[in-house]
Amino acid sequence: MALTRENVAYIAHLARLAVSEREAADYVVKLSRILDLVDQLRQVDTAGIAPMAHPLPMAQRLRPDAVTETDRREDIQRNAPQAAEGLYLVPRVIE
Amino acid sequence: MSWEPVIGLEIHAQLATRSKIFSGAATAYGAPPNTQACLVDLGYPGVLPVLNAEAVRLAVRFGLAIGGTVAPRSIFARKNYFYPDLPKGYQISQYELPVVKGGSVEILLDDGSRKTVRLTRAHLEEDAGKSLHESFQGLSGIDLNRAGTPLLEIVSEPDMRSAKEAAAYMRRVHQLVRWIGICDGNMQEGSFRCDANVSVRRAGTDKLGTRTEIKNLNSFRFLERAILHEIDRQIEVIEDGGRIVQETRLYDPDRDETRSMRSKEEANDYRYFPDPDLLPLEIDAATLDAVRATLPELPDRRAARFVTLGIPAADAAQLTLERDTADYFEAVLAAAPAVEPRVAANWVNGDLAAALNDAGLGITASRVGAAALAALLLRVADNTISGKIAKDVFAAMWAGEGGADDIIAARGLRQITDSGALEAAIDKVIAASPNQLAEYRAGKDKLFGYFVGQVMKATGGKANPQQLNELLRRKLG
Amino acid sequence: MERQTIAALGRALRAREVSSRELASAALEHIARLDGALNSFITVTADQALTAADAADRRLARGEGGPLTGIPFAWKDIFCTRGVRTTCGSKMLANFVAPYDAAAVERLHAAGIVSIGKTNMDEFAMGSSNETSWFGPVHNPWDLERSPGGSSGGSAAAVAAGLISAASGTDTGGSIRQPAALVGITGFKPSYGRVSRYGMIAFASSLDQAGVLTLTAEDAALLIEAMAGFDDRDSTSANLPVPAYATDIGKSLAGRRIGVPPEFFEPGLDGECGARVREALAVLESLGAQVVEVSLPHLSLSVPTYYIVAPAEASSNLARFDGVRFGHRAEGATSLEDLYKKSRQEGFGPEVRRRLMTGTYVLSAGYFDAYYLQAQKARELIAADFRAAFAKVDVIAGPTAPTPAFRLGEKTDDPVQMYLNDIYTIAVNLAGLPGISVPCGFARGLPVGLQLIGPAFGESAVLNVAHQYQLATDWHSKAPPEAPLVAAVAAKGRSR
Repeated sequence: MALTRENVAYIAHLARLAVSEREAADYVVKLSRILDLVDQLRQVDTAGIAPMAHPLPMAQRLRPDAVTETDRREDIQRNAPQAAEGLYLVPRVIE
Repeated sequence: MSWEPVIGLEIHAQLATRSKIFSGAATAYGAPPNTQACLVDLGYPGVLPVLNAEAVRLAVRFGLAIGGTVAPRSIFARKNYFYPDLPKGYQISQYELPVVKGGSVEILLDDGSRKTVRLTRAHLEEDAGKSLHESFQGLSGIDLNRAGTPLLEIVSEPDMRSAKEAAAYMRRVHQLVRWIGICDGNMQEGSFRCDANVSVRRAGTDKLGTRTEIKNLNSFRFLERAILHEIDRQIEVIEDGGRIVQETRLYDPDRDETRSMRSKEEANDYRYFPDPDLLPLEIDAATLDAVRATLPELPDRRAARFVTLGIPAADAAQLTLERDTADYFEAVLAAAPAVEPRVAANWVNGDLAAALNDAGLGITASRVGAAALAALLLRVADNTISGKIAKDVFAAMWAGEGGADDIIAARGLRQITDSGALEAAIDKVIAASPNQLAEYRAGKDKLFGYFVGQVMKATGGKANPQQLNELLRRKLG
Repeated sequence: MERQTIAALGRALRAREVSSRELASAALEHIARLDGALNSFITVTADQALTAADAADRRLARGEGGPLTGIPFAWKDIFCTRGVRTTCGSKMLANFVAPYDAAAVERLHAAGIVSIGKTNMDEFAMGSSNETSWFGPVHNPWDLERSPGGSSGGSAAAVAAGLISAASGTDTGGSIRQPAALVGITGFKPSYGRVSRYGMIAFASSLDQAGVLTLTAEDAALLIEAMAGFDDRDSTSANLPVPAYATDIGKSLAGRRIGVPPEFFEPGLDGECGARVREALAVLESLGAQVVEVSLPHLSLSVPTYYIVAPAEASSNLARFDGVRFGHRAEGATSLEDLYKKSRQEGFGPEVRRRLMTGTYVLSAGYFDAYYLQAQKARELIAADFRAAFAKVDVIAGPTAPTPAFRLGEKTDDPVQMYLNDIYTIAVNLAGLPGISVPCGFARGLPVGLQLIGPAFGESAVLNVAHQYQLATDWHSKAPPEAPLVAAVAAKGRSR
């Protein structure tokens, strides 16, 4: 399946990537090639086959409702690019 | 031309767990920013979610309480979108296979009739954090303490036809989640909030109109006002020849209006897929039975039982708004079998409710406990004091002056039931009121009340009203 | 330089013939001397290593400690290590210090292992050549112009060149087995769910599995025995007892049934590689194993299936890298959206971005059923093939990779060619099975790997066949010559 520049722009936006014009052109070619590869699946007859979401036929295990975590904010926020007063800072969120 | 509004609600009830839905961080409200956000809540690389058993149990409790179907197998999916309050870039929620399907609740309409509102589903999901817009120049601060808090999203069918019905439904669900102990219902803290899907159509048609979703409704009053406003807005748009755009709108309580939230519009390709970090949630019959065994008698059923005790339906409904109130009421009855249930109901719904309201207290923190109130009502029932005096005694009890009997004794409030003493008081009053006596005897019946009042005044209100009436009638002839 | 197995080092340590400090110092010295030619390490933690070695020596002196106490070890830089930079081969995490240890790290530390550093890898494990690393490609010690494979290329090259005796890896589509094959060492991936994924930076959650790159299957058995086991922090961790792998490997192969699928020997396979694998099968037969044909009719679906499932999961797993709480943040963003887009565009390399694009696309509105859901059904077909085959045989054997090591740069322009390199390894991940690659000879002077695959949680059978094969052959002890490495380091020094 061939992708268009519009497809690429839409996907890049969903994936939050700042794709340049040149890169977008490259994606049109390379992603289309990848899609050709995966399109092989479309021909496969999978009628009546249950989708396999997971390799293990297990059920979800449940955790007892106990507080096990303590405050590690100071330690953890060392990795934060920008924080103040315990908050992570981002450009103004407009709602 | 008349229009019919069609309304469905999505209610988010925070489940009353100690820890988060997928991590061991605390859910307590009001901690300093990000001190209750552990690595899982922050979406740190490499950490993984593990489901909280209590969140599941509470969801099952809800499913059973509304008569829904608890899914033997349900699936957690990822809802993918970027937002700073959503640390992983996806919200773990249930999509195709929710934990609860179907069920219904009944609402009481203004005309006294009942209406069934059907539920579509209820599913488990994690809450997001909070963006704070104050105090940082041009920046927003992100607090992720709330991220990962367990929510039950309760989705109704579009069964409501007015803002009033929507508010009644929201109240009903609020009552129920608190009643069965799955949510504290605290709306100021965001533990119970609601989005409303609103559309209008011409009366008599079946086809649904284009709907809008109003977010951020955290009080019954706001819900009702926002829906009323949105209905008016939609009708105006259509009548002016316009079209309703399917969109998310935000209710602004300060301006009492809804406005479009364009920022939420663009990214509605959520790319749901089953979360590979979580396995199917399986709930077996034994678990259902165990949860069912712990379900309390539900409010409807309890109210119906109260009606059989001779309590008017409206009073029974009020007694069952909260389980603690109903429990209190039944504790009063148990401690005072001689008291008429109707009388006890009036006290709980009346003086007690007013006192609690004035003091801003919940019934479990009442300054007059059920046993104490029962003791007071017994004194009315056995004619020790009158109902009127009982109100004073109650006030004294509320003020902490002691139990009913102590106060009655200390203040000498015991009713005068000695007819000799009462007759003497009546004679005195009659002797002092010759003019009134003459008028009464001349046919001015209304003056009977004057004599009652005078005797009551003379006895400090302690005369037994029935006895007084009887004696007075005889004496006045 | 002489390469030594963990089993031998452990014996020497416990006999006090050598100290852990001596081993750690030697590893650090090897890295300092030779890694300039390989680029197999991103971070070396010399001080922590020596401290841990001293602690191990004290335990050993008291007569305590087990088979792994005091053994130097390296971690693929995808495992979170507390207080140590954990980059995942990405600019995005170039300055990220993990505030916790991965479960696998905790377990091996508890067993007394001495961590020496973090090895180079394809960025976020997305790659089959180690060329997508932000820290530069890793070189194959058999030919420095060639790729060591990927994504665990740093671990593979370091072990092959003898810088260290063993290192961890992760395997999402062959990322342990393929590089092991390409550098001529042993690479073992246990069943999905056997080793906790807690603390392994996720690429594709339903496929990722930790394992080891070692000189022998015996070493792999020793390490996995310590690394494996139930972990309640990972919902997908299997609550099953861990067998005594190191004991189980000693069993005879008499009566073992080994299945060979013809689908593994179709035209894409290099002739010499195919010949080496057939020779290896003959050796197994000579050891008493019975070689029978089995069929995996849906094997050809595994590459397209994988390249839907893995990018889809990755596109979601990597959404957390947004420049807000950790990781790279672009300068001068004008809005929130700008911050996201620039930080991610700058922080991720081209192959990662390509897979995020692919994954986002296949999950996007209107395509979910045609791609993702269809891939999950194909995945079931592939897994069912294996289940049917394992009803007849104990182990399935075939090649690990279709060709020996390819040249750096040879496939970077064509992602599809690169993806097809994983054709024999990917199905194993889709089905969640254990697999191992062991050296089985050379093709044009480059190592060739034999792949052995077991049923779910049947690691013992895989390790047993691999170990018995290694007792009968010496391909696993063939080390690359050191001289070209020394020369390359010297040349680099001169050019500076």
